[in-house]
Amino acid sequence: MELTFEHNQSAHCENGAVSNLLSFHKLKLSEPMIFGIGSGLFFAFMPFIKVNGLPGSSYRILPGWIFKRVTKRLGITMQSQTFRDQDKAMLELDNVLAKGLPVGVLTSVFYLPYLPKALRFHFNAHNIVVFGKKGDSYLVSDPVLDTTVEISYEDLKRARFAKGTLAPKGKMYYPLNVPERVDLKPAIVKGIKKTAKDMLGIPVPFFGIKGIRYMARTIKKWPTKVSEKELILRLGQLIRMQEEIGTGGAGFRFIFAAFLQESAVVLQQDWLKEVAAEVTELGDRWRDFAFAAGRICKGRAATDDSINILSEILMECADREEKIFKKLKQISL
Amino acid sequence: MEKDKVPQDDENVYENTFKVVYAVDKDGNYQKVPTKGWEPENIALNQAWETIHEKVSEARKLVEEGKVSPLAYHIEKDMLSPALLADYVGWSVKKVKKHLDPKEFARLSESELQQYAYVFRISTEELLKTN
Repeated sequence: MELTFEHNQSAHCENGAVSNLLSFHKLKLSEPMIFGIGSGLFFAFMPFIKVNGLPGSSYRILPGWIFKRVTKRLGITMQSQTFRDQDKAMLELDNVLAKGLPVGVLTSVFYLPYLPKALRFHFNAHNIVVFGKKGDSYLVSDPVLDTTVEISYEDLKRARFAKGTLAPKGKMYYPLNVPERVDLKPAIVKGIKKTAKDMLGIPVPFFGIKGIRYMARTIKKWPTKVSEKELILRLGQLIRMQEEIGTGGAGFRFIFAAFLQESAVVLQQDWLKEVAAEVTELGDRWRDFAFAAGRICKGRAATDDSINILSEILMECADREEKIFKKLKQISL
Repeated sequence: MEKDKVPQDDENVYENTFKVVYAVDKDGNYQKVPTKGWEPENIALNQAWETIHEKVSEARKLVEEGKVSPLAYHIEKDMLSPALLADYVGWSVKKVKKHLDPKEFARLSESELQQYAYVFRISTEELLKTN
């Protein structure tokens, strides 16, 4: 059982899985469009939440939210289910595949043997699309890979039932009803407004622009608070959240700029192109941050000066983002 | 980021595959561009793995010295914790922690060993080893 499924490599798995699934149902939307309409961009710095024992940061909203918002804003009905029984979860997947439908499946990166070894950590919110079965193997379109791959029944079952934070619980989803034509304009405006609101308006110090400034102030204190070894690991973690596979570069800022560029054309609002260019420059500054932090890690030596420079870049990023989102907040049809 | 400045710092992280990032062409238009990696990302990933390898070596040493059971080594090797392992086998954390004691571990039944081996995707013989 094999479908003709068009696999498009994407930067981020959730965007990519949704984009590829919708494309099968004749609704062609780019990855940046999905990301923007789903208000995927965010910033959070929560040093009290430890990821691998290190302070947690994020450049995007929670897993699954892009999917939820996109389907809602575009009027797409998705069937989405989780399972307790592992064999039942596999059987249901087979049933839907037998109907000729590709299925989005939530997995743990750690249990996907086809991924490069260096990337296989316990990350439980990885979206893939299963589009067929060949003997005992499933045909997989993993959005972050350049080609489609195969996975065994046993491996897929394990990956679907990984435990721990964000355990996928066998979650699978597929479109039930995709409108032939959608009006992108209101969805884009909603997407942008929500992102601007999230970045500017959440009244706690950990999120949005406030979160970036909070991170800038916090890392300045690290040299006096923790050992050099720990400091370097912490910086490494920040780099990974910003630049590792899935981010599209500069912590999703470049994907967002691409979305604004596309939106300028759809909405016929040229000023969005200028904002897109500003977001590109902003993204380049975030990359400067990662590069400078990487050099500190490489030299295994952090000085107060080098950490101060990092902090200053972050403050500048926060100022730029504040300006950008204040402009975007004003968007209307 | 401009398209021709997309870094290609290949440290084989992607094992001859590549990931895509978004970058602008000469006219400022965005497109997807493949990349083999970037220095800061490679450094950060490498040091994360180094930390894991250190923990694995440390656990192996303790197993060889007879201070903990091989379970401790396999937990580190698969980047789990006693709590997460407990979740996988469906036993209490207390029970799993008890099995970190070499004496308690030696008392495990074949079927209990098999359940652990299944989680680690190895045979029960391999479960007793630290390599």
